Amino acid sequence: MKRKPDFVASDAGTIDAGPYHLGVGKGAYAAEAMRHDLEILLTEVPRGTPILVGSADTAGGDPHVDRTLEIVREIISRRGLKRRVAVIRSELDRTMLQDALDDGRVIPLDHAPELDRNRLVRSTRVVGMMGVEPLQDALRQDVDFILAGRCSDSALFAALPIMRGIPEGLAWHAGKIVECGTLTCETYGKGSMFGELFSDHGIITPIGEGLRCTPQSVASHSLYENGDPYLHRESSGTLDITHARYEQHDPVSVRISGAAYVHADRPSIKLEGVEHAGYQSVLFGGIRDPFIIRQFDKWLNEVKDEVRQRAARLLGDVLSPDDWRIDTHAYGLNAVMGVREPAHDKPPHEIGLAFCVSAPSQLLANKLAELSRQPLLHHPIPEWSGSITGFACLFNQAHVERGPYWRFSMHHVLLPKPNETIFRTEILSLGDA
Amino acid sequence: MKLSDCTALIRSKNAGPFSLTYDIMFSKRELYEHVKASGCITAAKLADVIGCNSQEMKFFVCDNALAFKFTIPRLHPAGDPADADLHGGQQFAPLMDIEIPPYA
Repeated sequence: MKRKPDFVASDAGTIDAGPYHLGVGKGAYAAEAMRHDLEILLTEVPRGTPILVGSADTAGGDPHVDRTLEIVREIISRRGLKRRVAVIRSELDRTMLQDALDDGRVIPLDHAPELDRNRLVRSTRVVGMMGVEPLQDALRQDVDFILAGRCSDSALFAALPIMRGIPEGLAWHAGKIVECGTLTCETYGKGSMFGELFSDHGIITPIGEGLRCTPQSVASHSLYENGDPYLHRESSGTLDITHARYEQHDPVSVRISGAAYVHADRPSIKLEGVEHAGYQSVLFGGIRDPFIIRQFDKWLNEVKDEVRQRAARLLGDVLSPDDWRIDTHAYGLNAVMGVREPAHDKPPHEIGLAFCVSAPSQLLANKLAELSRQPLLHHPIPEWSGSITGFACLFNQAHVERGPYWRFSMHHVLLPKPNETIFRTEILSLGDA
Repeated sequence: MKLSDCTALIRSKNAGPFSLTYDIMFSKRELYEHVKASGCITAAKLADVIGCNSQEMKFFVCDNALAFKFTIPRLHPAGDPADADLHGGQQFAPLMDIEIPPYA
């Protein structure tokens, strides 16, 4: 804080954590870790310097915002602070989405599944990703702390500079660079990032022992988790860094310039949605018998067939074959890459097998796991006569309840109607601020 | 030599839940230029190594980052029961063995 920043921002979420957190309504981090970071922000950043936290609690849904807000309230109360807090919620109304879908204003992003009325109804939770606009509206109301639901990572860092007249291309570019913290440094380490923006360039400086940015480390960060290294779509337009320049400013800082921001004809809001897909139980164990390993695919298919026959016989009245599924992941063989594994011709000496059954209820998933145990253990192979035990169970009981799981149902953009309100802002005075 | 002998980092990662993106990154400009000039890194070659359709691949040559980059559809959506790499972080390994002519 010695550098007197105009604001401090932190991106607290990502879709990369998977569909579960958005579905279940709770993020991937322990409350203790969130409290630790929020307490530093609330006590070290002086009033008058706004704090922006976006994509609250990993997924940015309403329960995620509420969970974070509870921690903020607790810290403010315990430390005797006074803060004006803007809470911006980004979970979207189903009726509004339905209308948009009917009007053809919901458009899939690359490789997303087809969205129809049924899938929308089935979706547990849908969030929209806000750009700078809702953040700027909140900043104009003199708040100390903005707690935002799902939010563009870069927007957290671009919102205030754009309000102060920094060119949009530069503001968004700087945001893009610092949003992952020290990942943009030559070697990742503990610390934070500091950006100083001028009318035609910015200086990006890491703060932390041994941290260093180079033109290449900063340029290459624009590749990270982005499908396109040059064009970055935001709600109001596209950041174009095709002609960006990166120069070493001092031993650890990099000077950036040359980025452009091209406004879109109309705003679009990225949607992220998940649907509840069932419940899982998992058996995990190993196979060491070379006779099984050399015919592993055949053995595994026979085991699965036997499980399916047992399920049809014993659970057929409550479970049709389309209601449940088996997914297997053979570690040591091709679990990680699947059919893209090029080394599948080299048999391993040992295989770790995750045998996952998914069903409409946890009870049924557990029953299916119980029905799977005997075939896994004792399915015969021609090389051996007599009874074999071909699967080394890791756990006793053999299966682990994995609980509910979700799958992504929406990765689309919404084209809102003119002046349609998408995000809901509430201003709170905490500690009687 | 192999590609992993001359790179600073080869990585894969989700680019959204339905796409995977791969970065082949260098720290020395002369090595990057050598590999670029060798013609060993093309969309067709990368598609062959990864086992995907080159028509579905977006391929980028990033001079300012000293990097090659490509993005392809995921086999399964991230977090799907059939998916075994939630973050897509371990899909790059076959790229490491791409043969590159020796750098004199």
